[in-house]
Amino acid sequence: MKIKPKIGLISCSGEGLSEGMISREATRRILEQRDDVVTICLPLFLAGGQEERDFAKNNPCITIDGCDKICAAKGVEMYGKVDPKSSIVISEIVEKGKHSRPKSKSRIESEDQKLVQETMRIINREVDRVKEEE
Amino acid sequence: MSVKKKSKPIIIPCSGIGKAVGAITRRATYIVTDELLPSVTDSICLPLLTIQDKETVRKIRENPCITIDGCVAQCAKKNVEHHHGKLKGNIKILDVMKENQKLKPGTVLDIGPDGEKLARKTAEKVAKIAGDES
Repeated sequence: MKIKPKIGLISCSGEGLSEGMISREATRRILEQRDDVVTICLPLFLAGGQEERDFAKNNPCITIDGCDKICAAKGVEMYGKVDPKSSIVISEIVEKGKHSRPKSKSRIESEDQKLVQETMRIINREVDRVKEEE
Repeated sequence: MSVKKKSKPIIIPCSGIGKAVGAITRRATYIVTDELLPSVTDSICLPLLTIQDKETVRKIRENPCITIDGCVAQCAKKNVEHHHGKLKGNIKILDVMKENQKLKPGTVLDIGPDGEKLARKTAEKVAKIAGDES
């Protein structure tokens, strides 16, 4: 019986933008709700060893980025030498869903909860889709 | 006569998503940049260093950097060192916890009152170094 790998969720968690706070919050909540997903701290791709760099090879990855610089997606490509199975970008969710841009980069405000929920819904959908394909 | 641009200390937390200590690094950074030393300190998204963003690499080479790391992997410090940034200080949350053993942080999503106290103590250490550099 083939054991399916867990799905890797990699959040940019960018400190410089409020969207980074959303990517972090939504990703972490999903990690606490599902047992078929795992994560790695993105900066470990550079700071860690081969085991960390192989994370994306061993686990099909979904990246959750705050902005169009897509650090998490690029990190997977650069260090894992594979493409992410899905790339979610918070600024695109804000635009498509006509959400207000989150104001605080240090905390989740009550008006940001809808954006967090929407991001979680998309992550869950993508995890299910990637699992189906694997 | 050329005027030398004054350097601005950059505070760089690891923002690790796996443990509460990562969340404390992030909170400590915002206490410094938003409350203790606003306008004289700055922060960057650490993932931009991980993906070797040229503008971010230039910034950490031109300005003093203070890193805050949550765990022994020391991702923030290693990312700055890898790019030959001006590392002026590195605070480890595990050391701050050793100095304050009664303080028990909460979770990644909610560091709790003790986590907040640890973040504040960390921020004061960072601000002291940053104050000397600015």
